[in-house]
Amino acid sequence: MKRKLPLIIVLVTGIFGVLTYIIPHPIIQDTDAVFRNDILRVIGAFSIVLGIGSILRHHFIKIKRKAEHWGYSWITVVALFVSAIIGLFGGIDPTRPGLLPTQVGGFSFHIQSLFTGLIVPLGSTMFALLAFFMASAAYRAFRARNLEATLLLVSAFILMLGAVPLTRMIVRELPSFAEWILAVPNTAAKRGIGFGISLGILATSLKIILGIERGWLGGGE
Amino acid sequence: MALSCIVALLLCTLPPPGGVAARDVPNDAGGKIAVTWTRSPDGSVINYRVLRQAEGATEWDTIGMAGRLASRYFDEGAGNGTPYRYKVLAEADTLQGESEPSGYAKAAPQWFNTGRIPSIIGTALILVIFLYTFQQARRGAKMFIRRIAGLDAVEEALGRATEMGRPTLYVPGLSTIDDVATIASLNILGEVAKKTAKFGTPLIVPNRDPIVYTVAREVVKESYASVGRPDAFNPDSVFFLTDQQFAYAAAVDGIMLREKPATNFLIGMFWAESLILAETGAISGAVQIAGTDAVSQLPFFITACDYTLIGEELYAASAYISREPLRLGAIKGQDYNKLIILALILGGTLLALAVDIRITDIL
Repeated sequence: MKRKLPLIIVLVTGIFGVLTYIIPHPIIQDTDAVFRNDILRVIGAFSIVLGIGSILRHHFIKIKRKAEHWGYSWITVVALFVSAIIGLFGGIDPTRPGLLPTQVGGFSFHIQSLFTGLIVPLGSTMFALLAFFMASAAYRAFRARNLEATLLLVSAFILMLGAVPLTRMIVRELPSFAEWILAVPNTAAKRGIGFGISLGILATSLKIILGIERGWLGGGE
Repeated sequence: MALSCIVALLLCTLPPPGGVAARDVPNDAGGKIAVTWTRSPDGSVINYRVLRQAEGATEWDTIGMAGRLASRYFDEGAGNGTPYRYKVLAEADTLQGESEPSGYAKAAPQWFNTGRIPSIIGTALILVIFLYTFQQARRGAKMFIRRIAGLDAVEEALGRATEMGRPTLYVPGLSTIDDVATIASLNILGEVAKKTAKFGTPLIVPNRDPIVYTVAREVVKESYASVGRPDAFNPDSVFFLTDQQFAYAAAVDGIMLREKPATNFLIGMFWAESLILAETGAISGAVQIAGTDAVSQLPFFITACDYTLIGEELYAASAYISREPLRLGAIKGQDYNKLIILALILGGTLLALAVDIRITDIL
């Protein structure tokens, strides 16, 4: 039963998912909305508890064993508790204050200010690194190790040149050739991959609904 | 006096829109009526005002405005089962032209979306082929599956990690459990975990989504148990990091540089962080096997990783590694379906060319 029940739930919800695609009636659509918006949110809320448990266990083990860089684990744990306390008792923003006084001079420690003042800039910093990684990846690609890499190199080179005003002036046909590369071979390849992906998704969905693929159950029969 | 009133009335009137008709919008959940009309021939019309009257009511209510070029309006506030009729007013500055009322129409929800019949037939055909190949596989038919270099390299890459005494890192993508790419990745994780359990190689699985984390943990645990090594499973090897995209990327980069895994698997759904992860992995010197169905991220993986599972190969991977007949049947089904799609594209192209040539000849 431990194995059969999840399989039955998957079969029923899988068939229900197909029905929502072909039946527009509110009885089906509203039930689907309840599944997606309410039931999944409740499950998501429970899973956050498991996630937090995982973070704490992972870092407490590191601290206990004094593993390499265990000091960072303290930072993570303290940051987690501080943000949780501010989030629970410090209010969302100055217009919705909480139980704790979180205004220090002109600075507010509300959860929204923590998000916009810390998470957003830190995330942007990581995103900015992408520019440097692109440069190193481009160098790697431009070494033309094999036929595919050479094709990638040549087409990228033409596309880049096609976008530069100076080369446009020298070779007039280059921009339209670059556009042709994007519109014809590139689009054709993308659509080819798209067909494969769609069929792969169909096959995987079918395998899951019919219980052939049970990896998500944790494997086993 | 009477004459001046008549003249004023004529001057204040525009030619009204004609043929106002109302009908229920088909294939929807109800509550929507489409109102259509023929535009007023007067070029000075600025907009059309749509009026509605429920059966039995005496008042006409304005329910919306449409631009001067519009000839259709959707009343999205109609109650199911209530008969309504509509009038359309052409408006230009102070002038108005009022149409005759339409007939009554009722909004109603439908039980079947007829607009989806072609896609239902297409999907049904594809499914029939899949069921046929499953049946063939069940009967033990030999299935030829082309070699996929990235998957052939899995064992070698894990062997390398074992020899070097370093861990294997498995990133199951950044999407949620309702993404099929994530499910495909978890299926591959199960096969990879079986091999790491056999080889005794430490496995690290950081997760971005708490639900994916719980499933991944069970997958790895069961895989260790299925190869007779439940004791080797380290519950702390599968963990939740954060649900913030770039915080997750930073944390995984940290793991790559601190733990120095010999093999990195980046399999599942990725967005802008794909290159940040793949380049850091390449810098750390790990053998990298990536796989995604995010077409825009594929060039990054192809550039920075040793092997890349492109699109459908991601979905074929668990079958390819496990060699389980029924799963292989699904890959064969995919191949047959692709063959049919290819034949249809070729046929369609030839037909289009033939029609084009004939039209050119006529011209």
